[in-house]
Order: sequence, then C-alpha cells, then structure tokens
Amino acid sequence: MSARGRFTVVGQSVRRTDALEKVTGRARYLSDLELPGMAHARLLRSPFAHARIVRLEVERARALPGVYAVLAAPDFTWCDAFYGPALRDRPLLATDVVRYEGEPVVAVAAADEATAVEALDLVEVEYEEITAVTTLEEALAPGAPLVHTGEPLAGHFSDLATLKSKPGTNICHQFDYTRGDVKAAFAGAALTLEDTYTFPRIQHYSMEPHGAAASWDDEGGLTVWASTQNPFSVRSELGKMFNLPASRIRIAVPLLGGGFGGKTYAKLEPLAAALARVARRPVRLLASVEDAFRTVRRCSARVTLRLGFQADGGLLAVDCVADFDVGAYADIAPRVIQKGTYTTTGPYRVANVLLHSNAVYTNTTPGGAFRGFGVPQIVWAVESMMDVAAHRLDRDPVDLRRQNLLAHGEEFAPGDTPVDGKLEEGLSRLAEAIQWSQAPPAGRARGLAVMMKASVAPSVSEAIVRLHADGSASVLCSTVEMGQGARTVMAQIAAEVLAIPLARVMVVPPDTSITPYDQTSSSSRSTTMVGRAVQEAAEDVVDQLRRIAARQLGVTTRGLAVVEGAVVGGDSRVSYPDLLDFHFGMRGGELIGRGVVAPGRTAAPLGGSTPFWEVAMGGAEISVDEETGAISVEAYASVSDVGRCINPQQCAAQDEGAVMQGIGHSLYEEMVYEGGQLLNADLAGYRVPRAADVPLRFDSQFVENGDGAGPFGAKGIGEGGLVPVSPAIGNALTRLTGVRLHELPLTPERVWRALRAQRESKEAPKGDGRHV
Amino acid sequence: MNAIPIRSSCNIRFTLNGRPVELDVRPEALLLDVLRDRLQLKGARRSCDMQVCGACTVLVDGGPVSACTYLGLEVDGHEVLTVEGLGTEERLHPLQEAFIEHGAVQCGFCTAGMLLTAKALLAEEPSPTLGRVAEYLRGNLCRCTGYRKILDAILSCATPGGEQR
Repeated sequence: MSARGRFTVVGQSVRRTDALEKVTGRARYLSDLELPGMAHARLLRSPFAHARIVRLEVERARALPGVYAVLAAPDFTWCDAFYGPALRDRPLLATDVVRYEGEPVVAVAAADEATAVEALDLVEVEYEEITAVTTLEEALAPGAPLVHTGEPLAGHFSDLATLKSKPGTNICHQFDYTRGDVKAAFAGAALTLEDTYTFPRIQHYSMEPHGAAASWDDEGGLTVWASTQNPFSVRSELGKMFNLPASRIRIAVPLLGGGFGGKTYAKLEPLAAALARVARRPVRLLASVEDAFRTVRRCSARVTLRLGFQADGGLLAVDCVADFDVGAYADIAPRVIQKGTYTTTGPYRVANVLLHSNAVYTNTTPGGAFRGFGVPQIVWAVESMMDVAAHRLDRDPVDLRRQNLLAHGEEFAPGDTPVDGKLEEGLSRLAEAIQWSQAPPAGRARGLAVMMKASVAPSVSEAIVRLHADGSASVLCSTVEMGQGARTVMAQIAAEVLAIPLARVMVVPPDTSITPYDQTSSSSRSTTMVGRAVQEAAEDVVDQLRRIAARQLGVTTRGLAVVEGAVVGGDSRVSYPDLLDFHFGMRGGELIGRGVVAPGRTAAPLGGSTPFWEVAMGGAEISVDEETGAISVEAYASVSDVGRCINPQQCAAQDEGAVMQGIGHSLYEEMVYEGGQLLNADLAGYRVPRAADVPLRFDSQFVENGDGAGPFGAKGIGEGGLVPVSPAIGNALTRLTGVRLHELPLTPERVWRALRAQRESKEAPKGDGRHV
Repeated sequence: MNAIPIRSSCNIRFTLNGRPVELDVRPEALLLDVLRDRLQLKGARRSCDMQVCGACTVLVDGGPVSACTYLGLEVDGHEVLTVEGLGTEERLHPLQEAFIEHGAVQCGFCTAGMLLTAKALLAEEPSPTLGRVAEYLRGNLCRCTGYRKILDAILSCATPGGEQR
C-alpha cells in the first residue's frame, strides 16, 4: 500500500527506467547506430521555392570512387515513388518540379560523409523558376500559381477520403462541420464579436534531427532503423512503395532525441530504403538541424472567428473559418486541420456551431503534426476572444469561462465521448494557483486560457506481456520512447498488475517484427491506449496464474489474488516460479498475456469517438519592458486534468516542457520566409526558449479524480499544457497595457509598435474595446 | 623544386577522461567527430552544428567547449572530459544522481552537455544562484524538460551558502 492509495508502483514518481543510460552517455540513438559495411547518405536540396527541373546530370557523381548510389527521380522505375499518410502527393525526390526551398532533389550514398558531399558537388541541376506562393494570401489569390496540378491518391487514412479538395486551387483539403442554427443564433445574439488571429510556422527542433538507416536482406526483406514516432505507419508506407508484405518489413526504433510530432509518419525512411536497395548495402541517412527545418513544421494558420453571446454571457454561437498553410506536401496536415477545427468550441457548451477550414498548399516546408495538432492555432483565437467578450460583457474572465464550461459527463458533440474530466475543478484550481482574486504586483498583469483537445480515433493499441519462468516479465508494446517517459509508465503499469518489482519488468523497444501493433506515439494517447493494453495483457497473465494456482491448490479462483510475486489465497501462497513449474512440469515455459484496445468506428463527427479528452488550463503573470516591448513571463500556473498520475514527476516534466514550448511560439519562434527562401533555418536565427526564460514561479498541478479512460483511471497528458500559453500571455498583455495583438509570436518589436501606436492614438480608450 | 608539405594528419596527445590518448587526426577533423567516430564515445551528441545548443559540450581543461565547432587538434596537450568520464554506473557523479532524482532527464539528448556545463559552473562557483545557473546554461538548450527540473537538479548540487534566487 502506498500513501497515494491502493497502489504499489502506480502513482509513484519512480526513477525513469532509462535515466541511468542517459546520464552516463550510454543511451543509443539512431545517429549512434553503425552497421557493418554501412554507407553514408547525403541529399542535394533545391535552392528554389518553385522551379522546373530542366536538366539533371548525375553521371560524374556516379563515377566518383566510393560512391555506391546516386538517385534522382527518373531512377525510380522499380518502385512506387510517391508517399504521404493523407495524400500520396510526395515524391521520394523532386520529380520535374521542386515545390519548396530545401526539397530533396538528388540522394547519394557513399563510403563516407566526405565522399557523399563531394559527389553532390558533381551533380548538375538546371532549374527554371516558377512564381512561388509562400503565404496564404498568395496561395489563395485568384489565379494563383498552383503548387500541385494533379490529383494525388489518398493515403492510408480512409476517413480523409470524404474530405474535399478544390481542383484548380491550392486548397488540398477542406473540413466542414455544423450543428444547430448558426444564422438564427447570431441574429439573436446580444453581443457578436468577429476577429482574425494568425499563428506562425514553428519548427519542432527536437534536438535529435530526423534519421533513418536501412538494410535489405538476401531474400528481399527490408529492415529500417528509424527515429520515428509511429513505426507501423512507416511500415505501411514502405510496403506500398516497395511492394512488400508487412511481414517482410521490420522497423526498429531506438531511443528518440525528442519528437513533438515532427517524427510522425514517413520522413527519411523511404529515401534510406531506396538508397540501400540501389547501393546494395546498409545506408544511414542523418538529417542536420538545417535539414529538419526543411522536413516538417507546424502548420501556420489564419483563423477568423465569430462568437455570439447572450446578454447573460452564455456562448450562443461559434463560427470559425480557418486557413492552414500546410506547405508543399500534405503530410498529415489534412488531419491537423480537421482535428484542430473540430474542437474550436473547446471546453465550452455551444449549441450552434459552424466550422470551415482549408488546408492550403504553399511553396514552403511541409506542415505536419506538432504537439497540439491544430488546436493551438485555433485556441489562440478563441481564448483571446473569450477575454475580449468578458471585457465587453463587463464580466470577469474566469466567471465567463466558468459559466460556459461543459459539465462532467456532458456531450461535446453528438456521438462523441462525453466530457471525462471536471473542468470547473480545474478552472478553480488554476484561478487559485495564479492568484486570480488578488491584485497583481505593480507593473504586472495576469491572463489565463483553457483548452480541451480530442485524441486520435479510431485507434488501436495492442500489447503482450510475457511472464518468464523466474517470475520476471517482458512487456511488448510499440510505444516509442522519445523523452516522455512512456517506457517507465508501461513498466509501472505491468509491475502494478503483476505485483512484481519494477526492476523485474523489461519493456522491449519497438520493433514491428516483434512488438505488437500500435497506431502512433502521439496525440497524448500512449498512457491511455497502450497503457490499457499493457494493463489488460498483464491481467490476462494474472488470470492464468490464478487458474493454475486454483488447480494446484484444489480451490476455485475466487479469493485468489496476486501479492508480491505470488498467488495468495487463505493460508496458501505459491510463487510464480513454482506455479509455472507446476503448470509446465519443468523450469521453463512462459505465460503470455494479450491486451487489445480498439474502440473502433463510431457515429462521432470524425468517425471515431475520442478515447479521452485532454484538458489543460494555463495562467500567466507577465511584465513588459516598455522601452523594448519585451515580455517577461514572471509566473505561470498550469493545471491539467489527467484522471490520475501514473508517475507524478513525469507528468510535471511533460507539463513543464509543454509550457516552455508554448512560451517559445508565443514570444520568440517563427520560421521566416522571404522570396520563398527560409531565412532562419538554424538555431542562430531561430530562437527557442533557454533556461533563463523559465518563469521564476512555475506551478504545475493535476486534477486527479480517477475518471480517465486509461489504466487506473489515468488519461493523457503531453500536449495540453502548451496550448493555453499564447492566449494566457496575450490576455495578460491586454490587461497590463490595453493593447491586443493578433499575431504570434509576441515579439518585442510587435509589442513596442503596438504600445507606440496606442500612445499616438489619442482617443484610444484603454482596454479591449477598440479592437473589436 | 620542393613542394610545400601539406599535412594530411596531425599527431595529437591528450588526456581523455583521465587516461592518455595518442591519435593521428586530420587537421580539419572536429573534436566531436574524433570523439564519436574515432574513439567511439557517443555521449556528446550532434545537434545544431553551430555552437548554440550545447548537446556536444565537453570539458577541455575544465571549461565547457562545443565539440561541434572545435578542432580535434586543439586538444593536443590538454585534458578532455566527456560524460563517459564523469562517473560510472556503479559510482555516479553527484550531478548524475541529481539529474535522475529530480527527473531532469527526458529524451536525454541534451543531458551529457548539461551535466558537463553544470560541472564547470560548480567548479567555478560552488554556490550559484538560480539566476546564475540559468544564465550559465545559455549555451545549452533542452526542448523537452522546460529546464525547470534541470535547474533544480544543478542547484541541489550547489554548496549550501549561496543565495537561493
């Protein structure tokens, strides 16, 4: 029994199972992998945002000693050279046309990096520039140059086939959702607000850039070691491209040096596999950080929102039109726009809803998944405008939000999962944590924001637990350890159910030929989905143990329980090794338990009901240097409804990291393009948060009512904390200075200009009013 | 006519994690590549390649340097400490213990650099304030933890007596 209740290991901040190898430098990542005879790969990238390839000369590169493979688009006669999880719109290498600056055009594998670089120098490419579209405005203008002219095939998400593209435009996908009567509701609204907010292109900057190594065996089987968050999606992609059954492809995943969504879906794996095939030897392809900036990013967005309120503050209607800039290839962006837009109303009760979003191609780095998956872009607008509404309705921002919060068990949308958290409790906790009811110190102000996000559905996670003859256990699941601590959590869950010490549980690293199916390590879903599968698999083993014990003891299973590595009932106690010995008639054999979590399709608007709702709220206390416009976040409080913390320290770690990443895109980060060129594709030009940016007071709290859909009443965390940061800071800025900014990041220059404009505009009243 | 000799390799001798090393390196070889590829010490990680992120930090004569922008031949005659020499699994350095205890490790890619930078700081200033630690870590980025637990871990190894903020 622990202080935290009826659990032994669950609910404890046990040490991470991978901490020792990480502090000693012994941890191994993709870039540490060296295969016998391995070749090193390099890519030649397009210098232009949009151009036709009119001449490509690779023979001199091919002739260079030590070069094993030089690939360009015309070489892919032996495979399907197109991929993409939503739309198969992406060629292995640019084919006839380059669609963004940095798009891979030629790939080389050579004996060493230096030779590969030398070979790329010998490649000649002649381009003919085409007008590029690098902003939403340019891409959506009538008669705009088209990024894609053909109709790509659907990828492996069948539900996206129902979404419409708009032929002849740069809109690759549209999402629509409506309920109630929005027109009538706005006609009857006492207060209607309308405004537009924009969110920039953000780079994940996982410290470990993307990487993949590939090797083909003599029987045509393919092994890929990949820094990926979802090996099964990569397997499916490679299966289609190289016409291989899933059983002949093995994707093995080492530790990841961060992911944040940037390592979901195939990135470098197809190229590594193609190079290895042609080079006839293992090939490792490592991206640099500069390459990562040209691999994937967060979708930027322009969100126009209309909110209609009753006089009493009830939120009557929401109308949202969002354009997401998805870059040159769709990647998973159609799902990003769908999921992000779907939860526009967040944790609020709204009867009349009209949502429309467009995924818009531009000649920029492809946009894809990034912590929050479309939600931060929308919530920046919604939660900014909730504060504007509070001001206009002369209401306290906390009270106005509280009035509109969904209750526990209430429906979010017809057919989807009812609310599984206690939102009011969270909001009260946040208000207390950020000292909402007390006046802030001089020169400071506070702002807050709330959010509710759906996880991915339909979704499948499977797990196998093997109880060995000595009573120790192996957990087989495909959760990727990218820093979030998932392997530790899975070990805690298995140890708890099996009633054995944590040190006797080993979580096997993901390998699609060994560990069972899991859709993805993203969407804050692993603890809930894989955790439940592990719990079920361990319970399956426990059931088998109890049945064996009942046979051995000549009793029924009723009253038999597992305690400290033994089945116990009445006065009897039989250890697991003895039970297995009895069962198998020897010291050998193992019990295998299986867990499958697969909620399947439902009538929910997106085709599957979210397995849980991720709920997070944040409050910021800021100051502003009026001379420079620089914002300092002096204090931050974050409250997440997690059902139950399996590992409280790791929950706090997830939350703190999420908030700092949110502070990054709120204050500093933006990928800047000029004339189609990415100007700041490195860490000198792209400013991520540093240690000195941490708020001096940081409070991370968890609402734990054991009501989550995951194991032991837990549910997901990881993305949520990031989402409220921008509007919380933006709202604090307005409360402090009266200016409201609509564009992220809130850089010193933007704040300074806004403050100056306010000073210069004599009749400008203080507060939100002048902006709406 | 005598050709100007161009040296294709340089012989260097240095102390690595307390042991003498003698090695021929190409003059342009980066310390990071010498450590990772020649000496198979993978604890220093490659990330930004431009001396911003600190993932490749090692100590040269006790001071932190970015091995990604430091020539291998520059360590000739000097002492180099990498994370592999900081402590052993049986006997961890107090900073390694503290990082584990405080949950300051997530993906682990920044960890070696953070540990070594912290070691250099505490050698220079045994009782730094929180603000000083945060400022000293300006060359070490972490994208996972939000730094909070790293700062806590480092401060827990400071000699008592420093101001707490």
